[in-house]
Amino acid sequence: MPRGWLLPVLCVLGFVFLYAPILSLVIFSFNASQLVTVWGGFSTRWYGELIRDTQILGAAWISLQVAFFSATIAVALGTLAAFVLMRFGRFRTRALLTGMVTAPLVMPEVITGLSLLLLFVSMEQLVGWPAGRGMTTVTIAHVTFCMAFVAVVVQSRLAGMDNSLEEAAMDLGARPVRVFFDITLPVIAPALIAGWLLAFTLSLDDLVIASFVTGPGASTLPMVIFSKVRLGVSPVVNALATIIILVVAIGVAIATWQMHRRMKETRRD
Amino acid sequence: MAALIERVAPLRWTAALLQRLGLHGRGLVVAVPVLWLLVFFLVPFLVVAKISLSEAMIARPPYAPLFEWDGWRLNVVMNLENFRYLWTDRLYINAYFFSIQVAFISATVALLIGYPMAYFIARSPEPRRTFLLMMVILPFWTSFLLRVYAWQGFLRSNGVINNTLISLGIIDTPIQMLQTNFAVYLGIVYTYLPFMILPLFANLVKLEESLLEASADLGGRPMATFFYVTLPLSLPGIVGGFMLVFIPAIGEFVIPELLGGPDTLMIGRVLWNEFFSNRDWPVASAVAIAMLVAVVVPIMILRSFQARLTEEK
Repeated sequence: MPRGWLLPVLCVLGFVFLYAPILSLVIFSFNASQLVTVWGGFSTRWYGELIRDTQILGAAWISLQVAFFSATIAVALGTLAAFVLMRFGRFRTRALLTGMVTAPLVMPEVITGLSLLLLFVSMEQLVGWPAGRGMTTVTIAHVTFCMAFVAVVVQSRLAGMDNSLEEAAMDLGARPVRVFFDITLPVIAPALIAGWLLAFTLSLDDLVIASFVTGPGASTLPMVIFSKVRLGVSPVVNALATIIILVVAIGVAIATWQMHRRMKETRRD
Repeated sequence: MAALIERVAPLRWTAALLQRLGLHGRGLVVAVPVLWLLVFFLVPFLVVAKISLSEAMIARPPYAPLFEWDGWRLNVVMNLENFRYLWTDRLYINAYFFSIQVAFISATVALLIGYPMAYFIARSPEPRRTFLLMMVILPFWTSFLLRVYAWQGFLRSNGVINNTLISLGIIDTPIQMLQTNFAVYLGIVYTYLPFMILPLFANLVKLEESLLEASADLGGRPMATFFYVTLPLSLPGIVGGFMLVFIPAIGEFVIPELLGGPDTLMIGRVLWNEFFSNRDWPVASAVAIAMLVAVVVPIMILRSFQARLTEEK
C-alpha cells in the first residue's frame, strides 16, 4: 500500500462517514424547530418532552430489565457450553452442541423470531405454558441467541488459558467443581464481563426477535423507537439517541483507558 | 456442596434419581446447555416445518392442524401448496436473488472502504492505534436502529445532504435518495463497516514489518509489495470480514424497511410482511424453511470451509 498522504486521507474520510450521521443526530436534538433537518435555534425542549414521554420511559425500563436478566442467564449458559466444549473431550452430544452453539450466529433474526414465536404458541396449546407472551418470552428468546455470542467469547479465552493451572489443582486433590470455581472462573472472569456486556447490548438493541415473541403491554424500547421512526422523524428520538450515545461513549472511553493502563503495566513487568 | 446434598433428604433423592437417568457429574453439566438449545433452538424449527405444511385459516392460531384424531383414525393433512406458491410467484425468487446481490455488493464496498482504514490503524504507533480502534468500535455499542434513523435525516428530500447541496447552488431541486436501493446499500455498508474493519485489523496487525522491508530491499515498489506480500497474507482477514458483513446483510429487515422503497424487497422483509401484514403464518413458515435451505445451509458449509482455510494457515 502506498505511503504518504493517501492512506491517512482515506482513513479520515472513513471516520467522517462513520461519525457524520451520529453527529447530526446529536446536533438536531438541540434544535428548537419541530423539523429535524432545519435549524431553528438552540433549545433543550426535546429533552423535556423525553422526560415526560411515559411510553418511551416505560419501554426503556422493560428493555433494561429484559437485557439484565437475558445477559445474566446467557453468561451462565454460554460459559457452561464453552467450558463443556473446551474441557470435556469427547461426549455423546458433542457434535450436536457444537452445531447448536454456532448456528445462532449465522441465523437470520427473522427466522429465529418466527420459530420461537411458533414454539411458544404450540407450547401454550399443548402444556398451557407460557400463558400468553410478554417479558418472559422475550427474555427466553434473547438468552437463546445471546448465549452463542457469550460461548464464542469464553471459548477463545479458555483456549488461551494455561491448562497447567487446572491440572496442578487436580493433582493436589481438588474436586472438579472446586477447580472450576477456584481456578477456572477467576481466570476467565474478564471474558465473562465482556460476554455479559455484549449480551446486554445485543438484547437492548434487538427489534426483530422481540417484535415476534412479545405480547401486549411488553413493547421494548427498539419497538417503540421503530414505530415512531416509521411515522417520520421525531426530535424526541434524537434526544434519546444523544443520551444513549453519551452513556456509551463514556463507558467505552473508560474501558479503553483501563485496557491501555493494564497493557502498560504488563509491559513494564 | 456434596455434603449439603448428602444431608438434605429431597436433594439426596433428586441426586439419586438423576444418577439413575445417567445424569450425574459430567453428564448433568453437559445436559443443561444441550437441553436449553434443544428446546429453544432446534425444536422451534420442527414446529416451523410443521406449520409450513398446514393450511391458513381464520382462527387462533391462524392455521389448520396437521394431525387430527377422527375416532380411531389419524388424519394427516400435508399441504405442499405453500411451497408451490413460493416457487411459482416470482416475488419470492426475486427477493432471494436481490438479497444475495445486495449483501454481496455491500460487503465488497465495505471491504474497499475498510481495508485502507484497517491498514492505517494497524500501522499506527501507540497510543493512536488504541484510540482509532476505540473510534471504530464505539458506533457498534450504540443502537443499530438509531444509526439507521440518522441516515433518514441525512437522505430525505429536505435532509442534510439535499439542503447543503441546494444552499451551495449545486442543485436546484432535491435528489430522491431516501426510499431507493442506493440508500439500502449505503445503510448496510455503514452499519456493518466495523465488522469488516475488526477482523482485517486483527490480521494486519500481526503482519511482520520485516517482510515488507525485505520486499523493499529486494527492489519491490510499494504497490508490488502490497499485491505480492500484504494482500495474500491478509486473505484470512478479508474472508472473515466479508463473511461478517455478507451473512447478516442477507436476512436484513430494518434497513430495507426504513431506507428502501416499497419495492426494495429483501427476503427478511418479505417474511416479516407475510407474517405481520398478511398474517399468513403457514406461508411465512414456508419462507423461513426455504431461507433455511437456500441461505443458512450454504453459509454453514462456507463457514466450515473457511475454518479449514484458517487452520491450514
